[in-house]
Amino acid sequence: MKLLSRLFSLLVISGMLLPFAAARSLADEVRIAVASNFSVPAREIARAFETATGNKVTVSFGSTGKIYAQIVQAAPFDVFMSADQERPQLLEQQGLAVSDSRFTYALGRLALYAGGTDVKGPGLLVADRTDRIAVANPELAPYGRAAVEALAKLFPDEDFGSRLVQGENISQTLQFVETGNARLGLVAYSQVISRDAAQYWLVPEGLHSPIAQDAVLLKSADANPVARAFMDFLRGAEAENIIRRYGYSAHVRGGS
Amino acid sequence: METAELASILWLTLKLALVTTLCLLVVGTPIAWWLARTRSRFRDVVASIAALPLILPPTVLGFYLLIALGPSGPGGWLAGLSGGRTLAFTFEGLVIGSVVYSLPFVVQPIRNAFEAFGERPLEVAATLGASPWNAFFTVALPLARPGFLTAAILGFAHTIGEFGVVLMIGGNIPGETRVISVAIYDLVESGDWGAAHLLSAGLVLFSFTVIMVMLRLGSARGEG
Repeated sequence: MKLLSRLFSLLVISGMLLPFAAARSLADEVRIAVASNFSVPAREIARAFETATGNKVTVSFGSTGKIYAQIVQAAPFDVFMSADQERPQLLEQQGLAVSDSRFTYALGRLALYAGGTDVKGPGLLVADRTDRIAVANPELAPYGRAAVEALAKLFPDEDFGSRLVQGENISQTLQFVETGNARLGLVAYSQVISRDAAQYWLVPEGLHSPIAQDAVLLKSADANPVARAFMDFLRGAEAENIIRRYGYSAHVRGGS
Repeated sequence: METAELASILWLTLKLALVTTLCLLVVGTPIAWWLARTRSRFRDVVASIAALPLILPPTVLGFYLLIALGPSGPGGWLAGLSGGRTLAFTFEGLVIGSVVYSLPFVVQPIRNAFEAFGERPLEVAATLGASPWNAFFTVALPLARPGFLTAAILGFAHTIGEFGVVLMIGGNIPGETRVISVAIYDLVESGDWGAAHLLSAGLVLFSFTVIMVMLRLGSARGEG
Protein backbone atom coordinates (compact mmCIF):
# COMPACT_ATOMS: atom_id res chain seq x y z
CA MET A 1 0.00 0.00 0.00
CA LYS A 2 2.85 2.32 0.89
CA LEU A 3 4.43 1.78 -2.48
CA LEU A 4 1.12 2.46 -4.15
CA SER A 5 0.54 5.73 -2.34
CA ARG A 6 4.10 6.80 -3.10
CA LEU A 7 3.62 6.01 -6.75
CA PHE A 8 0.40 7.93 -6.66
CA SER A 9 1.93 11.05 -5.14
CA LEU A 10 4.75 10.84 -7.67
CA LEU A 11 2.18 10.75 -10.43
CA VAL A 12 0.33 13.70 -9.01
CA ILE A 13 3.47 15.75 -8.63
CA SER A 14 4.80 14.95 -12.08
CA GLY A 15 1.36 15.69 -13.45
CA MET A 16 1.51 19.13 -11.88
CA LEU A 17 4.96 19.82 -13.24
CA LEU A 18 4.20 18.62 -16.73
CA PRO A 19 2.65 21.86 -18.01
CA PHE A 20 5.76 23.76 -16.99
CA ALA A 21 8.02 21.31 -18.74
CA ALA A 22 5.92 21.50 -21.87
CA ALA A 23 5.75 25.26 -21.91
CA ARG A 24 9.52 25.63 -21.92
CA SER A 25 11.03 25.55 -25.36
CA LEU A 26 14.35 23.79 -25.54
CA ALA A 27 16.88 25.43 -27.78
CA ASP A 28 17.61 22.29 -29.77
CA GLU A 29 14.04 21.20 -30.14
CA VAL A 30 11.25 21.89 -32.56
CA ARG A 31 7.61 21.20 -31.76
CA ILE A 32 5.48 20.64 -34.80
CA ALA A 33 1.73 20.36 -34.95
CA VAL A 34 0.58 18.26 -37.88
CA ALA A 35 -2.80 17.65 -39.48
CA SER A 36 -3.73 14.02 -38.78
CA ASN A 37 -3.93 13.04 -42.44
CA PHE A 38 -0.19 13.72 -42.73
CA SER A 39 0.82 12.00 -39.51
CA VAL A 40 2.73 9.09 -41.01
CA PRO A 41 4.91 11.01 -43.49
CA ALA A 42 5.40 13.76 -40.90
CA ARG A 43 6.81 11.25 -38.43
CA GLU A 44 9.16 9.97 -41.06
CA ILE A 45 10.28 13.47 -42.02
CA ALA A 46 10.80 14.25 -38.33
CA ARG A 47 12.98 11.15 -37.92
CA ALA A 48 14.99 12.06 -41.00
CA PHE A 49 15.48 15.58 -39.65
CA GLU A 50 16.58 14.21 -36.28
CA THR A 51 19.07 11.91 -37.95
CA ALA A 52 20.40 14.65 -40.21
CA THR A 53 20.76 17.38 -37.57
CA GLY A 54 20.80 15.71 -34.14
CA ASN A 55 17.96 17.97 -33.04
CA LYS A 56 14.82 16.71 -31.42
CA VAL A 57 11.38 16.92 -32.99
CA THR A 58 8.18 16.64 -30.97
CA VAL A 59 5.21 15.84 -33.17
CA SER A 60 1.61 16.50 -32.14
CA PHE A 61 -1.37 15.51 -34.25
CA GLY A 62 -4.88 16.80 -34.53
CA SER A 63 -7.39 18.09 -36.98
CA THR A 64 -6.43 21.31 -38.70
CA GLY A 65 -9.28 23.23 -37.09
CA LYS A 66 -8.40 22.03 -33.62
CA ILE A 67 -4.71 22.80 -33.97
CA TYR A 68 -5.59 26.23 -35.31
CA ALA A 69 -7.82 26.92 -32.31
CA GLN A 70 -5.07 25.73 -29.99
CA ILE A 71 -2.47 27.98 -31.63
CA VAL A 72 -4.79 30.97 -31.27
CA GLN A 73 -4.95 30.04 -27.58
CA ALA A 74 -1.12 30.08 -27.40
CA ALA A 75 -0.39 26.37 -27.72
CA PRO A 76 3.34 25.68 -27.50
CA PHE A 77 4.07 24.81 -31.14
CA ASP A 78 6.83 26.06 -33.42
CA VAL A 79 5.69 24.81 -36.80
CA PHE A 80 2.18 24.14 -38.05
CA MET A 81 1.75 21.69 -40.92
CA SER A 82 -1.85 22.22 -41.88
CA ALA A 83 -4.13 20.19 -44.12
CA ASP A 84 -5.34 23.35 -45.82
CA GLN A 85 -4.18 26.82 -46.81
CA GLU A 86 -6.83 28.81 -44.98
CA ARG A 87 -5.72 28.24 -41.42
CA PRO A 88 -2.03 29.11 -42.00
CA GLN A 89 -3.20 32.18 -43.94
CA LEU A 90 -5.44 33.20 -41.04
CA LEU A 91 -2.56 32.80 -38.60
CA GLU A 92 -0.46 35.03 -40.84
CA GLN A 93 -3.18 37.68 -40.92
CA GLN A 94 -3.56 37.52 -37.16
CA GLY A 95 0.15 38.03 -36.69
CA LEU A 96 0.55 34.61 -35.10
CA ALA A 97 2.77 33.27 -37.86
CA VAL A 98 6.02 34.59 -39.29
CA SER A 99 5.11 36.37 -42.51
CA ASP A 100 6.58 34.90 -45.70
CA SER A 101 7.29 31.61 -43.96
CA ARG A 102 4.22 29.89 -45.43
CA PHE A 103 4.59 27.45 -48.28
CA THR A 104 2.74 24.47 -49.73
CA TYR A 105 4.58 21.36 -48.62
CA ALA A 106 2.23 18.81 -50.15
CA LEU A 107 -0.62 18.49 -52.63
CA GLY A 108 -3.12 15.79 -51.82
CA ARG A 109 -4.78 13.48 -54.30
CA LEU A 110 -8.25 12.01 -54.06
CA ALA A 111 -9.00 8.31 -54.64
CA LEU A 112 -12.23 6.41 -55.05
CA TYR A 113 -12.06 3.33 -52.88
CA ALA A 114 -14.49 0.48 -52.26
CA GLY A 115 -13.00 -1.30 -49.28
CA GLY A 116 -10.80 -3.72 -51.21
CA THR A 117 -12.98 -4.74 -54.14
CA ASP A 118 -11.88 -3.63 -57.59
CA VAL A 119 -12.65 -0.10 -58.68
CA LYS A 120 -12.58 0.26 -62.45
CA GLY A 121 -13.60 3.89 -62.65
CA PRO A 122 -16.01 6.58 -61.54
CA GLY A 123 -18.98 4.64 -62.98
CA LEU A 124 -19.13 2.78 -59.69
CA LEU A 125 -20.43 5.95 -58.07
CA VAL A 126 -23.73 5.66 -59.94
CA ALA A 127 -23.82 1.88 -60.45
CA ASP A 128 -26.03 1.30 -57.42
CA ARG A 129 -27.83 4.34 -56.09
CA THR A 130 -28.44 2.74 -52.70
CA ASP A 131 -24.71 2.68 -51.98
CA ARG A 132 -23.56 5.19 -49.42
CA ILE A 133 -20.55 7.29 -50.33
CA ALA A 134 -18.24 8.36 -47.53
CA VAL A 135 -16.59 11.74 -47.90
CA ALA A 136 -14.79 13.96 -45.43
CA ASN A 137 -16.88 16.81 -44.05
CA PRO A 138 -16.71 19.41 -46.87
CA GLU A 139 -17.08 22.23 -44.36
CA LEU A 140 -14.02 21.16 -42.43
CA ALA A 141 -11.72 19.11 -44.60
CA PRO A 142 -10.18 20.08 -47.94
CA TYR A 143 -10.52 16.45 -49.03
CA GLY A 144 -14.25 16.70 -48.41
CA ARG A 145 -14.60 19.87 -50.41
CA ALA A 146 -12.57 18.35 -53.24
CA ALA A 147 -14.72 15.22 -53.14
CA VAL A 148 -17.94 17.19 -53.48
CA GLU A 149 -16.44 19.22 -56.33
CA ALA A 150 -15.27 16.11 -58.14
CA LEU A 151 -18.68 14.45 -57.78
CA ALA A 152 -20.36 17.51 -59.27
CA LYS A 153 -17.92 17.58 -62.19
CA LEU A 154 -18.17 13.85 -62.86
CA PHE A 155 -21.97 13.61 -62.68
CA PRO A 156 -23.48 17.10 -62.98
CA ASP A 157 -27.06 15.82 -63.11
CA GLU A 158 -26.77 13.36 -60.26
CA ASP A 159 -28.10 14.19 -56.80
CA PHE A 160 -25.66 12.62 -54.35
CA GLY A 161 -27.05 14.54 -51.36
CA SER A 162 -28.77 11.77 -49.46
CA ARG A 163 -26.09 9.18 -50.24
CA LEU A 164 -23.19 11.07 -48.71
CA VAL A 165 -22.03 10.27 -45.21
CA GLN A 166 -19.48 12.57 -43.71
CA GLY A 167 -16.41 11.58 -41.80
CA GLU A 168 -15.16 14.20 -39.40
CA ASN A 169 -11.83 13.91 -41.16
CA ILE A 170 -10.32 11.83 -43.92
CA SER A 171 -9.20 9.05 -41.52
CA GLN A 172 -12.75 8.52 -40.32
CA THR A 173 -13.95 8.58 -43.91
CA LEU A 174 -11.72 5.62 -44.71
CA GLN A 175 -12.90 3.92 -41.49
CA PHE A 176 -16.51 4.09 -42.73
CA VAL A 177 -15.48 2.24 -45.91
CA GLU A 178 -13.15 -0.24 -44.20
CA THR A 179 -15.88 -1.30 -41.75
CA GLY A 180 -18.27 -1.76 -44.68
CA ASN A 181 -20.75 0.79 -43.36
CA ALA A 182 -20.29 2.77 -46.57
CA ARG A 183 -19.68 0.83 -49.78
CA LEU A 184 -17.69 3.60 -51.40
CA GLY A 185 -15.51 6.42 -50.25
CA LEU A 186 -13.60 9.32 -51.68
CA VAL A 187 -10.49 9.10 -49.56
CA ALA A 188 -6.92 10.37 -49.71
CA TYR A 189 -4.68 8.62 -52.20
CA SER A 190 -2.04 8.50 -49.46
CA GLN A 191 -4.32 6.25 -47.40
CA VAL A 192 -4.67 3.57 -50.06
CA ILE A 193 -1.36 3.89 -51.87
CA SER A 194 -0.01 0.68 -50.35
CA ARG A 195 -2.92 -1.33 -51.76
CA ASP A 196 -3.22 -3.02 -55.10
CA ALA A 197 -3.72 -0.39 -57.80
CA ALA A 198 -6.91 -2.15 -58.98
CA GLN A 199 -8.57 -1.37 -55.65
CA TYR A 200 -8.76 2.38 -56.16
CA TRP A 201 -9.36 4.92 -58.87
CA LEU A 202 -7.18 7.99 -58.71
CA VAL A 203 -9.40 11.03 -59.26
CA PRO A 204 -7.86 13.33 -61.90
CA GLU A 205 -6.54 16.52 -60.33
CA GLY A 206 -8.46 18.66 -62.80
CA LEU A 207 -11.79 17.63 -61.27
CA HIS A 208 -11.32 19.57 -58.06
CA SER A 209 -9.48 22.56 -56.70
CA PRO A 210 -6.01 21.68 -55.43
CA ILE A 211 -5.80 20.06 -52.00
CA ALA A 212 -2.90 22.21 -50.95
CA GLN A 213 -1.39 21.69 -47.51
CA ASP A 214 0.55 24.65 -46.17
CA ALA A 215 3.15 24.83 -43.45
CA VAL A 216 3.93 27.96 -41.50
CA LEU A 217 6.49 29.04 -38.90
CA LEU A 218 4.74 30.32 -35.81
CA LYS A 219 5.59 33.69 -34.33
CA SER A 220 6.72 32.25 -31.01
CA ALA A 221 9.39 30.27 -32.88
CA ASP A 222 10.72 33.25 -34.83
CA ALA A 223 14.01 33.11 -32.97
CA ASN A 224 14.27 29.33 -32.83
CA PRO A 225 16.97 28.28 -35.33
CA VAL A 226 15.92 24.63 -35.13
CA ALA A 227 12.40 25.50 -36.20
CA ARG A 228 13.77 27.45 -39.15
CA ALA A 229 16.06 24.57 -40.00
CA PHE A 230 13.07 22.23 -39.94
CA MET A 231 11.14 24.49 -42.34
CA ASP A 232 14.12 24.39 -44.72
CA PHE A 233 14.37 20.64 -44.35
CA LEU A 234 10.68 20.31 -45.21
CA ARG A 235 11.37 22.03 -48.52
CA GLY A 236 14.43 19.90 -49.24
CA ALA A 237 14.91 16.89 -51.48
CA GLU A 238 14.91 14.32 -48.69
CA ALA A 239 11.53 15.46 -47.37
CA GLU A 240 10.20 15.69 -50.92
CA ASN A 241 11.06 12.04 -51.52
CA ILE A 242 9.16 11.00 -48.41
CA ILE A 243 6.18 13.18 -49.31
CA ARG A 244 5.98 11.73 -52.83
CA ARG A 245 6.34 8.20 -51.57
CA TYR A 246 3.17 8.68 -49.52
CA GLY A 247 1.08 9.70 -52.51
CA TYR A 248 1.29 13.46 -52.36
CA SER A 249 2.68 15.79 -54.95
CA ALA A 250 5.49 17.65 -53.23
CA HIS A 251 5.78 21.32 -52.49
CA VAL A 252 4.92 24.26 -54.66
CA ARG A 253 6.83 27.26 -53.47
CA GLY A 254 5.08 30.30 -52.07
CA GLY A 255 1.61 28.91 -51.48
CA SER A 256 -1.17 30.84 -53.18
CA MET B 1 -26.28 29.20 -38.92
CA GLU B 2 -29.86 29.59 -40.13
CA THR B 3 -32.80 29.34 -37.77
CA ALA B 4 -34.30 26.41 -39.65
CA GLU B 5 -31.05 24.49 -39.38
CA LEU B 6 -30.76 25.30 -35.70
CA ALA B 7 -34.34 24.20 -35.09
CA SER B 8 -33.73 20.92 -36.92
CA ILE B 9 -30.61 20.24 -34.83
CA LEU B 10 -32.39 20.99 -31.55
CA TRP B 11 -35.42 18.91 -32.49
CA LEU B 12 -33.28 15.96 -33.55
CA THR B 13 -31.28 16.14 -30.31
CA LEU B 14 -34.46 16.25 -28.21
CA LYS B 15 -36.03 13.41 -30.20
CA LEU B 16 -32.92 11.28 -29.76
CA ALA B 17 -32.83 11.94 -26.02
CA LEU B 18 -36.54 11.21 -25.59
CA VAL B 19 -36.56 7.99 -27.60
CA THR B 20 -33.34 6.87 -25.95
CA THR B 21 -34.70 7.56 -22.46
CA LEU B 22 -37.84 5.53 -23.17
CA CYS B 23 -35.78 2.63 -24.52
CA LEU B 24 -33.42 2.90 -21.55
CA LEU B 25 -36.28 2.63 -19.05
CA VAL B 26 -37.67 -0.41 -20.87
CA VAL B 27 -34.28 -2.11 -21.15
CA GLY B 28 -32.83 -0.91 -17.86
CA THR B 29 -35.69 -1.77 -15.51
CA PRO B 30 -35.54 -5.59 -15.86
CA ILE B 31 -31.74 -5.48 -15.57
CA ALA B 32 -31.95 -3.31 -12.46
CA TRP B 33 -34.68 -5.55 -10.99
CA TRP B 34 -32.65 -8.67 -11.58
CA LEU B 35 -29.51 -7.09 -10.13
CA ALA B 36 -31.40 -5.94 -7.04
CA ARG B 37 -33.08 -9.30 -6.37
CA THR B 38 -30.85 -12.07 -7.59
CA ARG B 39 -28.51 -14.17 -5.49
CA SER B 40 -26.81 -15.51 -8.61
CA ARG B 41 -23.04 -15.57 -8.54
CA PHE B 42 -23.12 -13.88 -11.93
CA ARG B 43 -24.68 -10.79 -10.41
CA ASP B 44 -21.45 -8.85 -10.16
CA VAL B 45 -20.41 -9.93 -13.63
CA VAL B 46 -23.63 -8.57 -15.11
CA ALA B 47 -23.41 -5.44 -12.96
CA SER B 48 -19.88 -4.84 -14.20
CA ILE B 49 -20.90 -5.24 -17.83
CA ALA B 50 -23.79 -2.85 -17.34
CA ALA B 51 -21.42 -0.33 -15.75
CA LEU B 52 -18.71 -0.64 -18.44
CA PRO B 53 -19.87 2.37 -20.50
CA LEU B 54 -19.09 4.53 -17.45
CA ILE B 55 -15.42 3.75 -17.78
CA LEU B 56 -14.86 2.97 -21.45
CA PRO B 57 -13.98 5.92 -23.64
CA PRO B 58 -16.58 6.71 -26.31
CA THR B 59 -13.98 5.83 -28.91
CA VAL B 60 -14.00 2.20 -27.77
CA LEU B 61 -17.80 2.04 -27.69
CA GLY B 62 -18.01 3.88 -30.99
CA PHE B 63 -15.49 1.59 -32.63
CA TYR B 64 -17.29 -1.58 -31.55
CA LEU B 65 -20.67 -0.09 -32.40
CA LEU B 66 -19.46 0.87 -35.86
CA ILE B 67 -18.55 -2.75 -36.47
CA ALA B 68 -21.64 -4.17 -34.76
CA LEU B 69 -24.01 -1.91 -36.69
CA GLY B 70 -22.23 -2.55 -39.99
CA PRO B 71 -22.75 -5.17 -42.70
CA SER B 72 -20.77 -7.86 -40.88
CA GLY B 73 -22.52 -7.29 -37.55
CA PRO B 74 -26.04 -7.82 -36.22
CA GLY B 75 -26.91 -4.24 -37.16
CA GLY B 76 -26.29 -5.00 -40.81
CA TRP B 77 -28.59 -8.02 -40.58
CA LEU B 78 -31.32 -5.89 -38.99
CA ALA B 79 -30.85 -3.19 -41.62
CA GLY B 80 -31.07 -5.88 -44.29
CA LEU B 81 -34.68 -6.62 -43.26
CA SER B 82 -35.67 -3.23 -44.62
CA GLY B 83 -33.30 -3.40 -47.56
CA GLY B 84 -30.51 -1.43 -45.93
CA ARG B 85 -26.87 -2.27 -45.54
CA THR B 86 -26.00 -0.84 -42.15
CA LEU B 87 -27.58 0.79 -39.12
CA ALA B 88 -24.72 3.25 -38.84
CA PHE B 89 -25.58 6.74 -40.11
CA THR B 90 -29.23 6.25 -39.14
CA PHE B 91 -31.35 7.62 -36.32
CA GLU B 92 -32.09 4.05 -35.19
CA GLY B 93 -28.36 3.36 -35.02
CA LEU B 94 -27.86 6.42 -32.87
CA VAL B 95 -30.61 5.27 -30.51
CA ILE B 96 -28.90 1.88 -30.12
CA GLY B 97 -25.56 3.56 -29.49
CA SER B 98 -27.06 6.01 -27.00
CA VAL B 99 -28.84 3.25 -25.09
CA VAL B 100 -25.58 1.36 -24.67
CA TYR B 101 -23.72 4.52 -23.77
CA SER B 102 -26.18 5.74 -21.10
CA LEU B 103 -27.21 2.36 -19.68
CA PRO B 104 -25.30 2.67 -16.37
CA PHE B 105 -26.90 6.05 -15.69
CA VAL B 106 -30.31 4.41 -15.75
CA VAL B 107 -29.64 0.97 -14.29
CA GLN B 108 -27.82 2.20 -11.20
CA PRO B 109 -30.45 4.59 -9.76
CA ILE B 110 -33.28 2.12 -10.44
CA ARG B 111 -31.33 -0.73 -8.87
CA ASN B 112 -30.60 1.42 -5.82
CA ALA B 113 -34.28 2.27 -5.52
CA PHE B 114 -35.30 -1.39 -5.77
CA GLU B 115 -32.73 -2.35 -3.15
CA ALA B 116 -33.73 0.49 -0.83
CA PHE B 117 -37.15 -0.87 0.11
CA GLY B 118 -35.91 -4.42 0.62
CA GLU B 119 -37.92 -7.68 0.54
CA ARG B 120 -40.54 -6.72 3.06
CA PRO B 121 -43.15 -4.85 0.94
CA LEU B 122 -43.07 -7.61 -1.66
CA GLU B 123 -43.50 -10.30 0.98
CA VAL B 124 -46.45 -8.42 2.39
CA ALA B 125 -47.92 -8.10 -1.10
CA ALA B 126 -47.46 -11.84 -1.61
CA THR B 127 -49.21 -12.69 1.69
CA LEU B 128 -52.08 -10.47 0.57
CA GLY B 129 -52.36 -12.63 -2.51
CA ALA B 130 -50.66 -10.48 -5.14
CA SER B 131 -49.00 -12.32 -7.99
CA PRO B 132 -45.30 -11.46 -8.57
CA TRP B 133 -46.24 -9.37 -11.64
CA ASN B 134 -48.99 -7.65 -9.75
CA ALA B 135 -46.64 -6.92 -6.85
CA PHE B 136 -44.02 -5.56 -9.22
CA PHE B 137 -46.38 -3.11 -10.87
CA THR B 138 -48.48 -2.08 -7.87
CA VAL B 139 -45.84 -2.16 -5.13
CA ALA B 140 -42.27 -2.14 -6.45
CA LEU B 141 -42.65 0.41 -9.24
CA PRO B 142 -44.45 3.05 -7.15
CA LEU B 143 -41.95 2.60 -4.31
CA ALA B 144 -39.04 3.02 -6.72
CA ARG B 145 -40.48 6.10 -8.39
CA PRO B 146 -37.76 8.51 -7.19
CA GLY B 147 -35.15 6.16 -8.66
CA PHE B 148 -36.98 6.12 -11.97
CA LEU B 149 -37.16 9.89 -12.01
CA THR B 150 -33.43 10.20 -11.38
CA ALA B 151 -32.73 7.55 -14.00
CA ALA B 152 -34.88 9.25 -16.60
CA ILE B 153 -33.32 12.68 -15.99
CA LEU B 154 -29.79 11.29 -16.03
CA GLY B 155 -30.38 9.18 -19.13
CA PHE B 156 -31.99 12.07 -20.95
CA ALA B 157 -29.30 14.60 -20.00
CA HIS B 158 -26.46 12.21 -20.71
CA THR B 159 -27.85 11.54 -24.19
CA ILE B 160 -28.17 15.26 -24.92
CA GLY B 161 -24.51 15.67 -24.03
CA GLU B 162 -23.32 12.61 -25.92
CA PHE B 163 -20.61 13.29 -28.44
CA GLY B 164 -17.92 10.70 -29.04
CA VAL B 165 -20.19 7.80 -29.92
CA VAL B 166 -22.35 9.92 -32.24
CA LEU B 167 -19.27 11.26 -33.95
CA MET B 168 -18.03 7.75 -34.61
CA ILE B 169 -21.23 6.14 -35.88
CA GLY B 170 -23.32 9.10 -37.05
CA GLY B 171 -21.82 10.28 -40.32
CA ASN B 172 -23.02 13.82 -39.55
CA ILE B 173 -26.20 13.72 -41.65
CA PRO B 174 -28.45 16.77 -41.18
CA GLY B 175 -31.84 15.84 -39.73
CA GLU B 176 -30.76 12.25 -39.15
CA THR B 177 -27.59 12.15 -37.06
CA ARG B 178 -26.29 15.72 -36.72
CA VAL B 179 -27.06 16.42 -33.07
CA ILE B 180 -26.12 19.48 -31.05
CA SER B 181 -22.75 18.27 -29.72
CA VAL B 182 -21.58 17.34 -33.21
CA ALA B 183 -22.86 20.64 -34.59
CA ILE B 184 -20.85 22.51 -31.94
CA TYR B 185 -17.79 20.50 -32.83
CA ASP B 186 -18.21 21.39 -36.51
CA LEU B 187 -18.72 25.05 -35.71
CA VAL B 188 -15.56 25.21 -33.59
CA GLU B 189 -13.57 23.32 -36.20
CA SER B 190 -14.72 25.56 -39.02
CA GLY B 191 -14.03 28.70 -37.01
CA ASP B 192 -17.65 29.84 -36.56
CA TRP B 193 -17.12 30.60 -32.89
CA GLY B 194 -20.12 32.90 -32.63
CA ALA B 195 -22.62 30.15 -33.31
CA ALA B 196 -20.50 27.72 -31.29
CA HIS B 197 -20.74 30.07 -28.30
CA LEU B 198 -24.50 30.26 -28.66
CA LEU B 199 -25.05 26.50 -28.73
CA SER B 200 -22.45 25.83 -26.05
CA ALA B 201 -23.92 28.37 -23.67
CA GLY B 202 -27.31 26.78 -24.29
CA LEU B 203 -25.94 23.38 -23.30
CA VAL B 204 -24.30 24.79 -20.17
CA LEU B 205 -27.58 26.36 -19.15
CA PHE B 206 -29.44 23.13 -19.86
CA SER B 207 -26.98 21.01 -17.88
CA PHE B 208 -27.07 23.41 -14.96
CA THR B 209 -30.85 23.28 -14.91
CA VAL B 210 -30.86 19.49 -14.98
CA ILE B 211 -28.47 19.26 -12.04
CA MET B 212 -30.42 21.89 -10.12
CA VAL B 213 -33.68 20.03 -10.67
CA MET B 214 -32.10 16.79 -9.48
CA LEU B 215 -30.71 18.42 -6.36
CA ARG B 216 -34.08 20.01 -5.60
CA LEU B 217 -35.82 16.68 -6.09
CA GLY B 218 -33.28 15.12 -3.76
CA SER B 219 -33.82 17.64 -0.98
CA ALA B 220 -37.59 17.49 -1.46
CA ARG B 221 -37.28 13.80 -0.58
CA GLY B 222 -35.19 14.74 2.44
CA GLU B 223 -31.98 13.32 1.04
CA GLY B 224 -30.28 16.50 0.00
